[in-house]
Amino acid sequence: MATPSSNTVNNGVNVEALLGARDALSQAPEGAQFKWRATCKWIKGTHSRSSVEGFYGLGEEQHHKTEFSFDADHPEIFASEDHGATPVELVLAGLASCLTAGVASVAQLREIQLRSVTATLEGGMDIQGILGIDSDVRNGFDGIKVTYDIDADASKEEIEAVVAQSQKRSAVYDIITNPTNVTVEVK
Amino acid sequence: MRTTVVIIGAGHAGLAMSRCLSERSIEHVILERGEIANSWKTERWDSLRLLTPNWQSRLPGYGYAGDEPDGYRTMPETVAFIEGYAEAIAAPVRAGTPVTSVQPAQDGYRIIAGGEQWQCRAVVLASGACNIANVPALAASLPAAIRGVTTIEYRNPGQIEDGGVLVVGASASGTQIAEEIHRSGRPVTLAVGEHVRVPRVYRGRDIKWWMDAAGVLNERYDEIDDINRARNVPSLQLAGSPQRRTVDLNALTGIGVKLIGRLAGLNGRKALFSGSLRNQCALADLKMNRLLNTIDEWATDNGYDAETPPPHRFAPTAVEASPPLEMDLGSGAIRTIVWATGFRPDYSWLEVPVFDRKGRIRHDGGVADAPGMYLLGLNFLRRRKSSLIDGAGDDARDLSAHLASYLAG
Repeated sequence: MATPSSNTVNNGVNVEALLGARDALSQAPEGAQFKWRATCKWIKGTHSRSSVEGFYGLGEEQHHKTEFSFDADHPEIFASEDHGATPVELVLAGLASCLTAGVASVAQLREIQLRSVTATLEGGMDIQGILGIDSDVRNGFDGIKVTYDIDADASKEEIEAVVAQSQKRSAVYDIITNPTNVTVEVK
Repeated sequence: MRTTVVIIGAGHAGLAMSRCLSERSIEHVILERGEIANSWKTERWDSLRLLTPNWQSRLPGYGYAGDEPDGYRTMPETVAFIEGYAEAIAAPVRAGTPVTSVQPAQDGYRIIAGGEQWQCRAVVLASGACNIANVPALAASLPAAIRGVTTIEYRNPGQIEDGGVLVVGASASGTQIAEEIHRSGRPVTLAVGEHVRVPRVYRGRDIKWWMDAAGVLNERYDEIDDINRARNVPSLQLAGSPQRRTVDLNALTGIGVKLIGRLAGLNGRKALFSGSLRNQCALADLKMNRLLNTIDEWATDNGYDAETPPPHRFAPTAVEASPPLEMDLGSGAIRTIVWATGFRPDYSWLEVPVFDRKGRIRHDGGVADAPGMYLLGLNFLRRRKSSLIDGAGDDARDLSAHLASYLAG
C-alpha cells in the first residue's frame, strides 16, 4: 500500500480514508447499515421532482451538504412537456455515476493516474411493454450497454481490470443486475 | 484419559501434524469420527481425481513413489496414499471415535469422543473445511418436483433423473459435475458467479507446477493484501483427468452446456439469474492472464524460456449476447439442481468462545484465539497452498513449532 507521501497518483479519491472506514466498519458492522432516501413530488402531467437530503448511516442521521433535486419528465413525442430526463435515463445516469466513481477509486488504489474517463450508456427498450401492447415484452430495458473511453497511465489490460473490478463493487450495477424486493404502500 | 495433544481428524492434515509432533516427542492421539481419510472415502463422487498432480502430494516424510508423477490420483488411490502415510508414521489413530464436545478445562481442554473423555493441554482441529455443503436459503422454496443434490451427496449421473439439470456454481466441483452430467445425456445449464479460471496445462507444464515453482502457492497469509478476501476466493476451475484436459467454461459450452448468471433469487416457480455473467467471465479471464503474466515473468527470470514453449493466451470466455435472466422451474425442463455452492466446516461440537460473528474461528495463521488451540487444512490458513494436501506439511511444521513452545510455557 502506498503511503500518501510516496503516492504521486491523484484521482481525487481519498483511498486512505476509504480503507480506514472499511477497517472500522469490519469491526463494527452495525455502523455499516445505511438507509438511502428520496422524496418525489408530482408537479404536473408526467413531470415530477425528486429530492434527496437526509440519509442514515454510521449509526445516526446524516445530511448532504445541501438538498439536491432532479426533475423528471418525458419527451414531447410521448405527448409530455419534457421538463427533465426520463426516469429510465436517470437510471442510466445512476449506473454510470456509480461505475465511474468505482473506476476512480479502484484506479487510485492501484496507483493508476486517470486523465479522462467517459462512459457512454445505451439501454434498449421495446415500449410495447409499458404501453401494454404485448404482455410478452417486459417494461424495463432488454439490456444496457456501457462503453468506457479511458485515458490513463496503464495498459489496456489494467484499465479493463479496473472497469471489471468497479462492476464487482458497484451498488447500482448490483441493483440492476440482481432482483430486489420492492414494497410500495399507500398511506 | 489424558494425553498432551488431541488431533481431531485423521486426514492428510491431522496425520501431517501427528508426524511433526512425533518428531518432537510430543505425546498425542488422533480422534477420527470414521476411518482414516474418511471424507476422501465417503464424501467424494466416483469419477473424481485429485486436482493436483501425483508428485505434488508431499507430506512430512512421505511422498509419491510411483512412475506417473504427472498423473492425478483417483479417490481409492488417494485413500490408499493417506492410509499408507498413517501406517508409515505409525500414527496413533483412534478410528470410529466421533468428537461430540470440546470444552475449555483447567490447563487445556476436555474432549468427549465416542463415549470417552479426554483431557489434553492442546487441541488441533484438522477436521476439514468441507464438512457441510452450503445451500442457498431459497432451496427450501423450490417446486416440490425439483430434486436438489449437493456435491457431497453426488456420486455419478446414474443418481440423477433423466431431463434437464441446473448446476449452481462454477468452481472445481460445479464445472466437473456439469461436464459429467451433460455428457450423460442430461442437458446442463450452469449458473456462474465468481470463479477462478486456469488452464490445466500451460507451456507444456501443469499449472500447479508453475504455481509451485513461481512461488504463488507459497505466498503467506501475513504477506498478502487482503487475507479475508483471499480465504474466500473460490477453488480453481480444474479437473484431474488422464488426458490433462482443461475444463473451463469454453470447454463446457463447446459440448453444449448453457451458461447463465449467478442464481440470484426465486419468484414463485421462476428462478432469477444475475445479469452479471459477462463481468464475472471478464474478471476471471483478466485474473487468469495476470497469473500467466506472473508465470511468464518467472520463467524468463529463471531461464525456462529455452526449454518450454513460448507464452500464449487463451481465448476469452465466450458468453452469448443476452443470456437468459430467468427460468421456469415448474415447466419440467429442469428436474434436478446440483448445489456446487461451496462448503463450510462443522464446528457444532466446539464449545469454546472462539467464533467471530460469521461463525468462523478467530485465528492468526492457524493459531486460534484460544490458548493451545490450532487449526489446519483451511483455505489460505498460512499459505495459498494450505487447503492442498501439499500445504499440510509446511503448516503442520510451523504450527507444531508454535505448539511445542506453547507447551514449554
